[in-house]
Amino acid sequence: MTVVDLPARAHPDEVRQPPGTDERRRRTRREYGLFALLVAPNLLVIAVFAYWPIVYNAWLSLTDWNMIAARPTFVGLDNYVNTLTDPAFHKTLGVTVAFTGLIVAGSLVIGLALAVLFNQPLKGRGLVRTISFAPHILSGAAVATIWLFVFDPGYGLMRALIEPFGAEPPDWMNNSDWALPGLVIVYLWKNVGFTALIYLAGLQGLPKELDEAAAIDGAGTWTRFRAIKLPLLAPISFFLLITTVIGTFQAFDVIAVMTGGGPGDATTTLSWSIYNEGFQAFNAGRAATLSIIMFAILLVVTTIQARVMERRVHYR
Amino acid sequence: MKVRAVQYVVLLGVAAIFLGPLYWLISAAVKQPAEIYQWPPVWWPDDFTWGNFKLAWDAAPFDRFFVNSTVITVAGTILKVANAVLTAYAFAYLRFPFKKVLFLLILGAMMVPGHVTLLPNYLTVASLGWINTYAGLIIPGIGSAFATFLMRQHFLTLPGEVTDAAAVDGAGHLRTLWRVVLPMSRPMLVTVVVITAVEEWNNFVWPLIVTNTAEMRTLPVGLLILKDEEGLANWGTIMAGTLLVLAPMLLIFLFAQRYIVGGITQGALKG
Repeated sequence: MTVVDLPARAHPDEVRQPPGTDERRRRTRREYGLFALLVAPNLLVIAVFAYWPIVYNAWLSLTDWNMIAARPTFVGLDNYVNTLTDPAFHKTLGVTVAFTGLIVAGSLVIGLALAVLFNQPLKGRGLVRTISFAPHILSGAAVATIWLFVFDPGYGLMRALIEPFGAEPPDWMNNSDWALPGLVIVYLWKNVGFTALIYLAGLQGLPKELDEAAAIDGAGTWTRFRAIKLPLLAPISFFLLITTVIGTFQAFDVIAVMTGGGPGDATTTLSWSIYNEGFQAFNAGRAATLSIIMFAILLVVTTIQARVMERRVHYR
Repeated sequence: MKVRAVQYVVLLGVAAIFLGPLYWLISAAVKQPAEIYQWPPVWWPDDFTWGNFKLAWDAAPFDRFFVNSTVITVAGTILKVANAVLTAYAFAYLRFPFKKVLFLLILGAMMVPGHVTLLPNYLTVASLGWINTYAGLIIPGIGSAFATFLMRQHFLTLPGEVTDAAAVDGAGHLRTLWRVVLPMSRPMLVTVVVITAVEEWNNFVWPLIVTNTAEMRTLPVGLLILKDEEGLANWGTIMAGTLLVLAPMLLIFLFAQRYIVGGITQGALKG
């Protein structure tokens, strides 16, 4: 995000010189009061429900608490040591990285391909673009439920697609090899229309002159795409990369409805395991530790984003 | 011309990929069980039935889910957008000491991933006595950073003469906001309302955690309960329930897709 720091415009009340300094002071006080009144509710909610949780998590992560006992027991860094040396946690991280990586790669590549398709002068492209975007605004829980039926090995749509090729349809969500790819398919189906739309806006905003000049020089369609359009789209790709990573790390509804982290721990991502430790195993210390770890990872991601954005603004 | 033909085939394929699962959902919702559990599949239901909807409606309190989802979406959207507009106005037009620091403090909330706040917020809401209440469902979500940012950036692009003229005419700040600034910001306001309402309606993990009786569940959470109760042996009922959850959003999307698509892309690109 680029924070364009424009100065606040002076209200004419301030510009018009009030007669006495008392009058001016009163006006200033009134303006400060109004500012506080307008901003306070928002700031209060943000403080209590966005910043305080970080402090609270940090404290809880140093304790052992089943959320029933009167108060947490301080255990120092035990939770961090136990978590970071736990093979189950390593598996969770691996699943999270695989899930995120597949979705980032899939949504950028497919999204860009769709955008290029939607940018061709085809009849009906607007309609298809809208259709592909629709799943993005639908409830993740509902989309997941539809796909449970689509993946049903006995009577699902996927069986009808796979069988004609002579293959046996897998029992997607109950098979530890197929559950994660299945989730990735659902997640892509839901969100790739959004990526395509952002890329399309980018493609349509590119300067035509470069492309035309290259065409006159005899550069083919593919060369022009690779050497001109793709580099010019880099800022958009970067934006999509970061937002997709942040979104996918927190993916929850699709996993909760389709696999519940299973079978076994095949789809247990960091976000699922925070929920599982906190609200099913009632292990507040462990859940808080995992939350802090997720926060740290995503903080690194957003910091990189801020740095890159800053540099881009400076060099412009 | 051959290239064009291939492109049209691909375009049709893309449409089929995105419509296929939705068709599968809708057709199963109106099929008799005998036609759902038949192979090769029945592509067009011979014997339409609304029975699945009745079964779903009876299996879980969908009327309550509808009321809860509507209350939360409407109240949550109004409060969050009000927060965004008022905060943005204050930062764009009023003086205050350490304004810059305060603004960074609000923007900084975007660095906190929502999923990380689940456990502490649950405990905070519990200590406020808000578990299983509308307050607990709504209040933690009405703080606004991104929408505030979008609105403030937009306010700063408005021509100063207009607000100045309003002030010279003796209009106070709130009047200027309501009569001059907001009407001039309608497209951005639509964007912010659309993004917020879609998020509120689809929110899943927070209502799942903070409610504990069927009467307080929302539609997406209710769907999970329906699925768990029916097992996976009764697709007709489950698909009918899913369609009940999706129908309002699908209908709104059908009529307002221009605003929704525009709003969400605008929101993403401006950020």
